[in-house]
Amino acid sequence: MSEPVLQFEHIGKSFFGAVALEDVSLSVRGGTVLGLIGENGAGKSTLMNILGGVLSADAGGMRLAGRPYSPAGPADAMRAGIAFIHQELNLFPNLSIIDNLFIDGFPRWGRTPFIHRRQAARRAAEALAAVKLDVAPRTRVERLTPGQKQLVEIAKALHSGARLIIFDEPTTSLTARETQRLFELIERLRRDGCTVLYISHNLGDVLRLADEIVVLRDGRVVQTGPRAQFTVETMIASMVGRQIDQLYPARRSTPGDKVLLAASGVTEPGIVRDISFELREGEVLGLFGLMGSGRSELARILFGLDPFHAGTISLGGKVRRRPAPRASIAGGMAFITEDRREEGLLMEASVADNLALVALPGYRRNRILGTVDQPGLRRALEGMCTALRVKCVNPRSDAVKSLSGGNQQKTVIGKWLLSGPAVCIMDEPTRGIDVGAKHEVYSIINDLAARGTGLLCISSELEELMGICDRILVMSKGRLCGRFQRGEFDQERILAAAFEGHLERGPEGQELEIRSTAPGAEVPNPKFQIPNKFK
Amino acid sequence: MQSTATTTLSARAHRRGPSVRRVLLSDSFVLYLTLAYFAVVWLFLPRIGSPRNLGNLSSNIWPLLTLVIGQMFVLLVGGIDLSQTAIMAVTSVSGALLMSSRLDPELFAKNPLWGVLLTEQGGPLGGSALAVPVAIALMLLLGVLIGLGNGLAVAKLRMPPFMVTLVSMFFFSGLAIFITRSENVSYLPGRFLALGQDFLGHVPTARGPVGLVPYSFFVGMALAAGAWFVLARTVLGRWFYAVGINRRAAEVSGVPTQGVILCAYAISGFCAALGSVLYSARLGAGRPTLGENVLLDIIGAAVIGGISLFGGKAKVRWAFYGVLFFVLLDSSLYMMNFKFYTVNIVKGSVILLAALLDVLRSRVRAEGAPVPRTRTEAAPEHRAVTA
Repeated sequence: MSEPVLQFEHIGKSFFGAVALEDVSLSVRGGTVLGLIGENGAGKSTLMNILGGVLSADAGGMRLAGRPYSPAGPADAMRAGIAFIHQELNLFPNLSIIDNLFIDGFPRWGRTPFIHRRQAARRAAEALAAVKLDVAPRTRVERLTPGQKQLVEIAKALHSGARLIIFDEPTTSLTARETQRLFELIERLRRDGCTVLYISHNLGDVLRLADEIVVLRDGRVVQTGPRAQFTVETMIASMVGRQIDQLYPARRSTPGDKVLLAASGVTEPGIVRDISFELREGEVLGLFGLMGSGRSELARILFGLDPFHAGTISLGGKVRRRPAPRASIAGGMAFITEDRREEGLLMEASVADNLALVALPGYRRNRILGTVDQPGLRRALEGMCTALRVKCVNPRSDAVKSLSGGNQQKTVIGKWLLSGPAVCIMDEPTRGIDVGAKHEVYSIINDLAARGTGLLCISSELEELMGICDRILVMSKGRLCGRFQRGEFDQERILAAAFEGHLERGPEGQELEIRSTAPGAEVPNPKFQIPNKFK
Repeated sequence: MQSTATTTLSARAHRRGPSVRRVLLSDSFVLYLTLAYFAVVWLFLPRIGSPRNLGNLSSNIWPLLTLVIGQMFVLLVGGIDLSQTAIMAVTSVSGALLMSSRLDPELFAKNPLWGVLLTEQGGPLGGSALAVPVAIALMLLLGVLIGLGNGLAVAKLRMPPFMVTLVSMFFFSGLAIFITRSENVSYLPGRFLALGQDFLGHVPTARGPVGLVPYSFFVGMALAAGAWFVLARTVLGRWFYAVGINRRAAEVSGVPTQGVILCAYAISGFCAALGSVLYSARLGAGRPTLGENVLLDIIGAAVIGGISLFGGKAKVRWAFYGVLFFVLLDSSLYMMNFKFYTVNIVKGSVILLAALLDVLRSRVRAEGAPVPRTRTEAAPEHRAVTA
């Protein structure tokens, strides 16, 4: 086809003796999409940071279009036409799209310092048209959806002349429709001759988009080849280095009869409407819905973080008038939030301090002084670290931000488990963590259920819920519009229920239907594809 | 990207090997710095090590330490308390008016309380045997109440701490002047003055005996020990840190964040009142403008000690080292016969240096951290790529 546009040659990098990359060689042909996969810590980010000029390699070198390329800093990479679209977008929310596009070089009146506003507006409109984003260039970025923000970011990259674009987990905060549009755009970029490096944990997406796939493990390239050589199963096997026969451990227990958490007619205008359900002892109850269906909002209401207008919520048989987090915790509830960084963890604090936070009042040695029972707490923390296999050198000094995503998530789960909850709400418990860690989280869920804990699991990955739940509730537009028992799980019916509220809405709703337009993709949307083995 | 200057500095520190790193990252770094500074000044100005000056230093440290410890709690939860000096002023004059045994009618006849509570025979407690303990207790109570007021506005009404405490600074320093008509209140009981002026044990020198341990030392140490106990040993202490690092995460985890914040401001008010007791006793009077120049010393000492203005990072020993350094610096500069404005210029530069050193230290610490292995952790670097 075409010449390699980018080559890594024997790249090596280590940090204080720990090897992050070792002898990584690969070449990327121009005008193709390269899928880069690997567990967290496999070296993907390090490799991309070397490409982006943020880090420099200890060994080896790179070639860009045949010429040696050794960026001294990010600005060099940008000048060489490399752009990085990161999951946590890097726009100024308080500024307009125009300002964001030109923040590093406004069009000016000649050589004066005055901004040529009309020209800026015109060029911004062109840039937006190039990514088919139909919003006014003067719109402030904070008013855009995550998907639109991402398009602005891409427009910015293209506008600055990028020919090689790196996407790092671009779909995690997108709706199905926005994902679809992003994929179309990536296809178009490829047709226009841009080169795309696509990093994702969503193997279905990688399989669908990439021309070639590279698997990294422990800082080495373990497998590389055209898409046709891969299936989701072989990708997982090659990432993990072993065969995971069962991503979802078999449910070992059956739900009891005792109702732990019950909602009846819970309503908050504009958010959720008339929600009623019961969560039983030892039950894993799934809550599925699209972005914006109200699933996370419902979880927050149940836990007492957000208010509700009508209806009742009872926890352990007691009706709760004005739920608040503290009362919920006292009533035996745990809440693993969707937003690990902002609401789940004290990123700057140690693993031990994070683990201790919820259960702390239970480790008071003296009620009046409030002294902490240090030895008892330490034993409990060590026990929890071992039980959950949190990988860190020293839990008492390692800041939780230095851990991998999977270990961070285990820390969040651990801090709630220490308080011995009877009801556990998990909002996206496996978001952004690698396959191995996912498996461990599923096992933890299973163990908790076996011990009688009631779990409410929210996820946007249907396959995951079908793998771990006893029952699945489906939300759409703030209402519960589907209940499925294990045994009658059927992804088409569940998806249909999730889209129910959207399809009523006429022409606009049509676009939401998940039909792939890309040739060669045989499933409606790979995001929801269930590898046969895991069914 | 980080500034090149600090990058090269930290790279240099790194090349020098582990010993430099250990000193830089040590908890006692500021203490080492203080000792080094003392040694250097002592070479040129031996007077700084004289018993008289050491006694002087030591009686300057403790009142400031009480204030900095209070400020530390507020900084720890991510706030700031600008009203500490106003609390000092208002508690100083109200305590003094209560205890004073003689008020000059020429100065105080225009006072709104003249004839009601205040007479020529002094305040309501004037001459009473219980005057000192009762007045001190009321001063402390007043400090706590003002602190609670600040805390309520910050925690419940979610007002910005800077605004809230700025307003109470203006209000209470105005109030202190209003109730005294800008006059100092003197004729305070001797036992009160002893608290700020007397020493336990004396050392005989050629120029007469010099005090050894000021009473304020015991007050300061008791407060420091209490603060250490709360922070290091109690559930409340852990909560202070949690709220300071991430208030939302703390809230979700069931930490009573509003109560914790309220508590921090109340402690700050208490400490300000305690500092006011020590300063007023030393001055021998209740002064409506007490502490008007101390605010920068408080915040400066806290920052030099390494307490973060962004919350979540504080230790009692850091506060102590910061105060030690600041007081030493102050005294050495005055001994060199600098004018007050020169002293301020130097103090300002030192605070700047301290802030720079803090940046350097956190960079060195980050370089020593384990390999950045996760996507989430590498996020700030990615941001730099597209920037």
